[in-house]
Amino acid sequence: MSVNTEMAVHVAKITQVAEKVKRFRFERIDGRPLPVFSGGAHVVVAMRDGDLLRRNPYSLMSSPYDQSAYEISVLRVEQSRGGSAFMHEHVKLGDTLIVSQPINLFPYDVRGRKHVLMAGGIGITPFMAMMDQMTNEGSNFELHYAVRDRSHGAYWRELTERYGAHRIKIYCDVEKLFIPTDAILANQALGTHLYVCGPSGMIDGVLGKATALGWPKQNLHSERFLAPPPGNVFEVNLNRSNKSIVVGTHQSILEAVEAAGVDAPYLCRGGACGQCETSVLGCDGVIEHHDIFLEPEDKTSGKKIMICVSRVKGQAITLDL
Amino acid sequence: MNIKFKQETFRDDFTYRNSPDNIKRFPFPFHEDKYMYSVNMEPHVPAGPKGYAFEHMIDVDEHYVSEMRDRALVLKEDPLRCQVLPHMMAAQWDTLELLMEQKAAGYPEHFSLTKDGYQWHWINRPLGIDDKFTFGDPSTLPYEPMEYITRQAQGDFCIVDQRDGNLWMDAGMVTTQADWSLDFDIGMNFMEWHGPVPLAHQMGVFDRALKFLLNLQQGKPVRRLNWTMTINPRLDTSPENYHKWGTDRMTVTPENVGDKVHLRCELQSLWRLPRSNAILFVIRCYLLKMEELVTVPKWGRRFHRVLRDLPSELVDYKGLTKFRPMTIEWLSKYDDGAATSSGIFPN
Amino acid sequence: MLVQGIKSRPVYTGLEIDVNARRHLFALEGEGIEALHEQVKTHGVEFLKTADILCVGSLPKVTAEYMWQAPTIPVLLNRLRINLINAKMGTRLYLSGTEGFIGQTMKLALDQSIDFNSIRTEHRGSLARRVQCVHCKGITDDVKTSPYKCTHCGLNLLVRDHYSRRLAAFQGVCIDAEQPGNAPPPVEMFP
Repeated sequence: MSVNTEMAVHVAKITQVAEKVKRFRFERIDGRPLPVFSGGAHVVVAMRDGDLLRRNPYSLMSSPYDQSAYEISVLRVEQSRGGSAFMHEHVKLGDTLIVSQPINLFPYDVRGRKHVLMAGGIGITPFMAMMDQMTNEGSNFELHYAVRDRSHGAYWRELTERYGAHRIKIYCDVEKLFIPTDAILANQALGTHLYVCGPSGMIDGVLGKATALGWPKQNLHSERFLAPPPGNVFEVNLNRSNKSIVVGTHQSILEAVEAAGVDAPYLCRGGACGQCETSVLGCDGVIEHHDIFLEPEDKTSGKKIMICVSRVKGQAITLDL
Repeated sequence: MNIKFKQETFRDDFTYRNSPDNIKRFPFPFHEDKYMYSVNMEPHVPAGPKGYAFEHMIDVDEHYVSEMRDRALVLKEDPLRCQVLPHMMAAQWDTLELLMEQKAAGYPEHFSLTKDGYQWHWINRPLGIDDKFTFGDPSTLPYEPMEYITRQAQGDFCIVDQRDGNLWMDAGMVTTQADWSLDFDIGMNFMEWHGPVPLAHQMGVFDRALKFLLNLQQGKPVRRLNWTMTINPRLDTSPENYHKWGTDRMTVTPENVGDKVHLRCELQSLWRLPRSNAILFVIRCYLLKMEELVTVPKWGRRFHRVLRDLPSELVDYKGLTKFRPMTIEWLSKYDDGAATSSGIFPN
Repeated sequence: MLVQGIKSRPVYTGLEIDVNARRHLFALEGEGIEALHEQVKTHGVEFLKTADILCVGSLPKVTAEYMWQAPTIPVLLNRLRINLINAKMGTRLYLSGTEGFIGQTMKLALDQSIDFNSIRTEHRGSLARRVQCVHCKGITDDVKTSPYKCTHCGLNLLVRDHYSRRLAAFQGVCIDAEQPGNAPPPVEMFP
């Protein structure tokens, strides 16, 4: 973690693209080109909120080849931990933010003969960049995009205009149009890959159906936007750094550790990638695992914890950090 | 920095030699007086004294022109040393961009890259190349992008695709390898292509290395050093030609150890590629004969001890059996038993 | 390089029937039909109603939706290729027979963009190997000894456990490269 590759950007444009969805355009302050990335990548945006340093991951939706700016879209979530509220209400044109290098935990499998994309709500964002890349690389794809209603759904009109109705299918909840998942899954040739991004329930539903229809897991890909859930306040003892810190109700262990000035590895900050796995040296309480990375045996052993999303129901935990 | 490129051979009459300055910049792989496998990866950032092999991230040295000539000969004899699986085109362009940018930045007197949108102009003065092409359009280059640029870059190159929680060797230019076959290994995953390496699997070295590499990030390349030994400064020690060069190992005598026996070091660097999310694995090969090695007293002492105490499985796997005793005997003259400083750099 | 006991040889995890698959496609050679018989003992005959079975050698003693017998492996491979082109997602592929047969059928499947981790395989019958000579690239089938003489270039080759899925072959490397003429006599290793 000793090499710093973060980039300072300023907010060059803010656009209200749909009810509750804003698009932010970031350009580098030093004028140098932003790194090219691959569709499905996200960046971690660090922003100052008083004496709190927020770090939130957002999918990049701009063209991977556009090095002049990065664009993200943020959904204003009601029960937000404050991240989306902060972005919507406090981030202004000209503000300076720090973004990480792009990280891709949701790339597409170029070997596939066809790619079926299913998006729910704000889950459309990684697919925007991915479809731009697929078009550039000549890959065969179709998008099935479910929105609540046409005024809340972002980008459905632009996508249909850009890629055509044979590639883009829009489904609207209020119009009682739903993605015909069973029919889509039953009709694909061998070598098709499926990608899902949206609410957890939608992802679980689609993947469950696909597995039940005999799709092997190597052909199924998903990205969840998991936020760390809240819980009781507890203490964390950092064995190697010799520090004792308190994790607040709406704060993750990772955030508390960072606030205490200790470096801890992370990539997705959503419990999926495994980078923040930490050894547990002792626990006064029960570990609440909220990640989708650890194997069941590891969860029950109590010896490992994913500090970006998991918590302790109890008093304290000692970590090898 | 203007490099004076040598005209030398890596086969037949073996005129390859290191100039005195080149000896001092050799990436000596042993930081202590013994050797065992480890996940010895560190950030690939400039390090060491000025001019050292770690100064530029893609290293060019005095052997550049001659190495490229040897590569061209190897490819003519055996085109299967350069292969790319069909889904790796974006990764090929990533690789071309990386190598051109690094070479032009590190050695502006030898390489120039100018870009006008996707119209690129590449000049390689030592090889007399001056090409204009469209980035992203393979039809505008005389070879596919990876072959094009790796015919102009020292070392072997493997492009490793990341899928399904594993790494897959899906493209490569491999003409200076220590004894593995690209044609055989292409398409294998990380554990499979490392299959033949003894001991390391049981030690968990590969599990940890794989986990580390899966999380390799853009802008944060890493490096590690690997080593073996070669008789004569032969770059092409491929399994394909083993029946031709294998007999070299029997030609070592106590008198010619200093001249014939070479320490072969691989400076490996790993880079996350932007468009393809693949990893470029650079294996840059350096050869140093024993006579040249002992001109650095610390290295003479250390290598004697490393070789003497090397576990037998590694001796077997690295192919050192036939000439190791003679080499230890020869090196012992340069080991007075004095303490050596830790780290790899000469004192 | 001539170290024995290396770890990169294929592992055949068994023909375990995927109860979720909508169609089952079998390619069986010789004793490979026994693997299918055993699956019927475990899972019953229900899955056979949506199964296509392609065989080289005698047909299995089952009643499936469709069965087809090929006289030789190349003929089966031609037919399997067409089946795979027409197949839909939800089709599970099962391969059983000698390693050479599994390797060649798997190679076809990989060419049709099927991920190899999704294919179920079981080794049955002879241990004889398909070997690629790393020197001349010639492939020899049915190798039972190590070393063996390459049937293309004549070099004496050590048969390694290192295996390439792409080539569907083990690697053969010259065993007397350092001292030509000093090759040990062939020993039957893969009966």
